[in-house]
Amino acid sequence: MTAGRDEILGAIRRSLGRSGPVDDSRAAELRARMAKPARNLIPARADLPPSEVIDLFRSQAEGVFATVDRVADMSEVPQVLTEYLKRENLPSQVVMAPDPSLDQAPWDNQPLLEIRRCLPVESDMVSVTSAPAAIAETGTLAMFSGADHPSTLNFLPETHVVVLPVNRIGKNYEDVWDLIRQRIADGEGDLNDLMPRTVNLITGPSRSGDIEQTLLLGAHGPRRLHIILVDSDDAA
Amino acid sequence: MSGSTTSQFKENAVRQLADVDLRQALTKSKGHFTGGRQNAMDKLPEFDALRDQARDLKDHVLENLDFYLETYEQNVIASGGQVHWARTAKDAQDIVLDICRSVDATSVNKGKSMIGEECDINEALEANGIRAVETDLGEYIIQIRNERPSHIIAPAVHLTKAQVETSFRETHTHLDPDRILEEPPTLLEEARTVLRKKYFEAEVGITGANFLVAETGSSIIVTNEGNGDLSQLLPKVHIVLASIEKVVPTLEDASTFLRVLARSATGQDFSVYTTVSTGPRRSTDPDGPEQYHVILLDNGRTGMLGTEFHEMLRCIRCGACMNHCPVYQSVGGHAYGWVYPGPMGAVLSPSLLGVDEAGHLPNASTFCGRCEEVCPVRIPLPKLMRHWREREFERHLTPRAARTGIRLWAFFAQRPGLYQMATGLQMRLMGWMGRRKGRFSSVPLAKGWTKYRDLPAPEGKTFQQQWAGRK
Ligand code: SF4
Repeated sequence: MTAGRDEILGAIRRSLGRSGPVDDSRAAELRARMAKPARNLIPARADLPPSEVIDLFRSQAEGVFATVDRVADMSEVPQVLTEYLKRENLPSQVVMAPDPSLDQAPWDNQPLLEIRRCLPVESDMVSVTSAPAAIAETGTLAMFSGADHPSTLNFLPETHVVVLPVNRIGKNYEDVWDLIRQRIADGEGDLNDLMPRTVNLITGPSRSGDIEQTLLLGAHGPRRLHIILVDSDDAA
Repeated sequence: MSGSTTSQFKENAVRQLADVDLRQALTKSKGHFTGGRQNAMDKLPEFDALRDQARDLKDHVLENLDFYLETYEQNVIASGGQVHWARTAKDAQDIVLDICRSVDATSVNKGKSMIGEECDINEALEANGIRAVETDLGEYIIQIRNERPSHIIAPAVHLTKAQVETSFRETHTHLDPDRILEEPPTLLEEARTVLRKKYFEAEVGITGANFLVAETGSSIIVTNEGNGDLSQLLPKVHIVLASIEKVVPTLEDASTFLRVLARSATGQDFSVYTTVSTGPRRSTDPDGPEQYHVILLDNGRTGMLGTEFHEMLRCIRCGACMNHCPVYQSVGGHAYGWVYPGPMGAVLSPSLLGVDEAGHLPNASTFCGRCEEVCPVRIPLPKLMRHWREREFERHLTPRAARTGIRLWAFFAQRPGLYQMATGLQMRLMGWMGRRKGRFSSVPLAKGWTKYRDLPAPEGKTFQQQWAGRK
């Protein structure tokens, strides 16, 4: 529908009192604005020393009904996960992202834990992923789609467990955009100068207020979002 | 744009005022939204400064709208997606149908999209033998009830849980008729189970977009349920329906809007799911759609650019104006007769539907100014409503439409009850209404108002002064 395109662009220009596109100098200015995106006003809320940024992330996440465990290093993660599943009466079968950063945990020391590393299917109850970044300002997790992280893991199972090394917690959304741009510049993964296909910013478990404004968790996405904070991402 | 009953606002309003369920539902929702927004504001000292920036950013975009749309288009194409331009709702329907036919789609899942409502996409799909399934809980409820949304972010806000229960029992006939289904959690559980099945059946997923990012060619949706994500991740094809004014330059600019959007809408600091989608799945992606299409809709918006209604194009569809509007809170969203209710609808609908159909809506206002006070992008809604009233008279409308306009104005002017609802009296009034619920069908309020019927209609200005005096 190129006709529609030309008509719409033409109508915009006429309405704005221009006979054609923006002039060259204006276009250069606008292109420069996009090439080096400036940060707009950022709330001071997360302007804190590193340890308090972590605390802020935690309290914000808990404020939106995520639950949080904190461990010293990756060696403790499998056991903490098993205990969480037991506590919540969840099955000990999980579907886990093929993310290499999760390989550092000694999963074998939990013989009852059954792990599949692939796409989730409808019957999967629990997913385990990492998160490449998190945002203290609102207790938000950032997930990027890619070979090591299918996006459906973030939505399909009823419980989503996220293993998050604390050094990935940034202050604001803008830190996530910078991280993505850095990865693109570094030519990581399958990016080819592009954003990951899907970037999910996730703030708490799924909810709905559509029936009489009653807050209910687990509308379509996960009912439970459990975050395991890891102080050191070494294997210990 | 079939199915608009906007020209019958008054008749709609009278009916809605007598609706006990609606009163009950609106009473519950109102405090929820206004209190939530206030809380969120209190926790963020920068809130007002962010609103100023958000307003200025939108103005910047509108000034350079053609440039940003072309840049956005280039970047969508560069990331493997396709862009379609729709001048009218009909164009948008045709494009959606073409895409669906190209993959032999028999079933389409929809995330919540006001543009989808504006273009009657579901009707177009169904008329062509393609099943459309709304997956947002509120949208699903109104779809099975064959209704329109009554609110732009809470489509089923006009319903009580008992009404939802009745609809579920009528629709989900494959389930045990003796099941217990009274409380919201069981209703949600049932909807979740029913809709789960459908996610895997659809060939096409349609979502709206809260923002389009020119820098990256991305579309952004903001939701709480996760239905939009499942709708766009599982099918082969993802179609994004967006109007042209949704474009923003950069991810940083989108962040500014995101900081004011949820706070203004539901009082959340941030919605649960903010999803940035760019093109189709990559060669190494294990999931995601194989095709990514964006439909850019004009449908009357270019006609608002550069006019006295230009500022309306800043709207980010947060719903705060209707949550704080005494008229909306009294008559509910359906009285407005079309997709966009409340103050934003009173300005937008005449632009999109035409003055004949909707030019009288701006009269459905007390001009109390609350909408402008809470709007995150500082749209001067009362001023824009006044512009419509002036236009309506200047243009020497057909006698019928003009008469409707005057009658409507008189309708509101003659009903001090509507004004009282806006003040502290509201709580007392509501309490009293609640106690007398049993006798409500006799519309005690309307009887009270009839007393005032013969009073001359005061000018708009006087009303503003009255309001100021009351505050
Ligand atoms: S007009 Fe303002 S307050 Fe109303 S929906 Fe639009 S952005 Fe929100």
